Amino acid sequence: MGEIFANYDIVGAVWKTIQLAVLSAIGATVIGTIVAVLRVSPVPVLRGIGTTFVNTFRNTPLTVLMIMSVLGFSFLLGLQIREDFADNAFWWAVIMLSLYHAAFVCEALRSGINTVPAGQAEAARSIGLTFKQSLLEVILPQSFRGAIAPLVSTYIALIKNTTVAAVIGVAESAGILATITENEGGSLPLFLVFALIFVVLTLPLGVLGTNLSRKLAVKR
Amino acid sequence: MAEPLVVLKDVNKHFGDLHVLKDINLEIGKGEVVILIGPSGSGKSTLCRTINRLETFESGSITIDGKELPEEGKALAELRADVGMVFQSFNLFAHKTILENVTLGPIKVRKVPKAQAEKRAMELLERVGVAHQAAKYPAQLSGGQQQRVAIARSLAMDPKVMLFDEPTSALDPEMINEVLDVMIGLAREGMTMVVVTHEMGFARKAAQRVVFLADGQIVEQATPEEFFTNPKSDRAKDFLGKILTH
Ligand SMILES: Nc1ncnc2c1ncn2[C@@H]1O[C@H](COP(=O)(O)OP(=O)(O)OP(=O)(O)O)[C@@H](O)[C@H]1O
Ligand SMILES: [Mg+2]
Repeated sequence: MGEIFANYDIVGAVWKTIQLAVLSAIGATVIGTIVAVLRVSPVPVLRGIGTTFVNTFRNTPLTVLMIMSVLGFSFLLGLQIREDFADNAFWWAVIMLSLYHAAFVCEALRSGINTVPAGQAEAARSIGLTFKQSLLEVILPQSFRGAIAPLVSTYIALIKNTTVAAVIGVAESAGILATITENEGGSLPLFLVFALIFVVLTLPLGVLGTNLSRKLAVKR
Repeated sequence: MAEPLVVLKDVNKHFGDLHVLKDINLEIGKGEVVILIGPSGSGKSTLCRTINRLETFESGSITIDGKELPEEGKALAELRADVGMVFQSFNLFAHKTILENVTLGPIKVRKVPKAQAEKRAMELLERVGVAHQAAKYPAQLSGGQQQRVAIARSLAMDPKVMLFDEPTSALDPEMINEVLDVMIGLAREGMTMVVVTHEMGFARKAAQRVVFLADGQIVEQATPEEFFTNPKSDRAKDFLGKILTH
């Protein structure tokens, strides 16, 4: 075990996993929020765009998106994000993880928005707030609580789904695990170590989620 | 009658196949208090909500103070600011304090400075008798108190006209009068009001006109006294017969 740690950059791989997760979580949150706003907007065309986005990315396997990015966009269409092969794969992984999970972030936010009674939006509009103001002042603050549980699930899934980036050669945790297994043979303790790493990364999120939803409770 | 503030011309609305508003023509003068009454499902709420475009309509026109209702967007928001609405279920903003509920519109829509908005809000809360609850959240208040806050929230926008959709029908009986008293006060001060209610006492005390709606049509209009004692149409007689025996 010690030897393996000495010969392979496991810490570096875990760091890659964390980078992938954090960057993709930011991307997914930004894109997901925008798509959620599209989906609740009063303009039918915008709603259509939002719905199409969600249906496309939620229903395509992440592995397919990953492979399509590097093999399809990068090699066939020549869409290189970075010169360096590894860097290019890393950033494509961030983009695909962001897009894929944005669909889930959008639906989490929307389910939160759906927990807010319709009367709240009507009251907001009837005092003259614009669509944007109603959303920012009345709807979103009340919808976060309902959105927390599904959001936390989405971020936990995202952290674990970073391992899919291994299929396009990103040297994150699953990638290095595959390499080690190939070279040294599999070992149960090794698998346990990697499983534990993911538990350590995801567990605090669950705890944070529970505390937040308690704190943000809106009394009705 | 004074110069009309709200004018509905040939307004038609459908929910799918259901023709909910049929050629509605209605003029409401400045300072007039109009009661909308009619059987359940006759379209009273829909008519009320159409006046500030919480519902769309297909044909006809609605003007408020000479201005036609815009389709959507900023212009509509501006117009809605001039039309107060009080809902059956209060709809106070659950995550904001009573004071914040009343100041939100003035600060965000009218761009009134916060201190000034709060001062005015406290005066309004005083007037509806809930000033001592200003720091609380809506869920901590009784239904009657919440509805009075909702009225204060509307008043804070200095609306030209106020719409009330069954403001007392979600309230326990002992709280109905505290809300009606506030509304009678408003009517006496010359507020233009459209009120959906079956409270005949209120209608007699505060209203100039009763508009009777059935199946999406205006069937009859009269003063409260005349309507309640001497309805003309069979629909109205039938309807009054039912509510009076209760
Ligand atoms: N959002 C909606 N979608 C479809 N149909 C609706 C909708 N809102 C109301 N309706 C229908 O339109 C008709 C008029 O409804 P409305 O709520 O205006 O009646 P109302 O006179 O206010 O009745 P009530 O006294 O029960 O409140 C009813 O038949 C109702 O079922
Ligand atoms: Mg109704």
